[in-house]
Amino acid sequence: MITPQEIKDLIEAGLPDARVRVSGDGHHFEATVVSPAFRGKSRIQQHQLVYATLGDRMREQIHALSLKTDLP
Amino acid sequence: MSVEDRIREQVTENDIVLYMKGTPQFPQCGFSGKSVQMLKACGAQFKGIDVLADAEIRDGIKRFSNWPTIPQLYIRGEFIGGCDIMSELYEKGELQKLVSGAGS
Repeated sequence: MITPQEIKDLIEAGLPDARVRVSGDGHHFEATVVSPAFRGKSRIQQHQLVYATLGDRMREQIHALSLKTDLP
Repeated sequence: MSVEDRIREQVTENDIVLYMKGTPQFPQCGFSGKSVQMLKACGAQFKGIDVLADAEIRDGIKRFSNWPTIPQLYIRGEFIGGCDIMSELYEKGELQKLVSGAGS
């Protein structure tokens, strides 16, 4: 079981300048990620950057992550 | 035929394709169901592909788009996004524009 805090830590480790908010119940999560790294990127690319910080956990531990990305 | 070729064929032979859990009539997941509802609200004619019925596609589509979740929407061969991006586009009126002109 993964916690919202662990997801937040993973995203912040992968995107050090990001402001991250995560809530969830252990299976379904909602995350808002605001990062300057998203500048000039499409929405798909922004979400892919966040997914990349979570790696295999996206396949194995996180059933559903509702994601919102934005620029600072 | 490789799974990549199968997917490429599916997204080019159909203007609008939604890879989803379950069918448009009987979605098996809330996110897939919401995506179907948005497409229907846009009046889109689309092909739903049930990844639960095909393990090769279920795994292959995630590698095809470098996107780890289902549902996934393709319009005229282009990956548009998952449920969250569809929702953003829908709220801005952009999804309606994307699907109009497709599906004919």
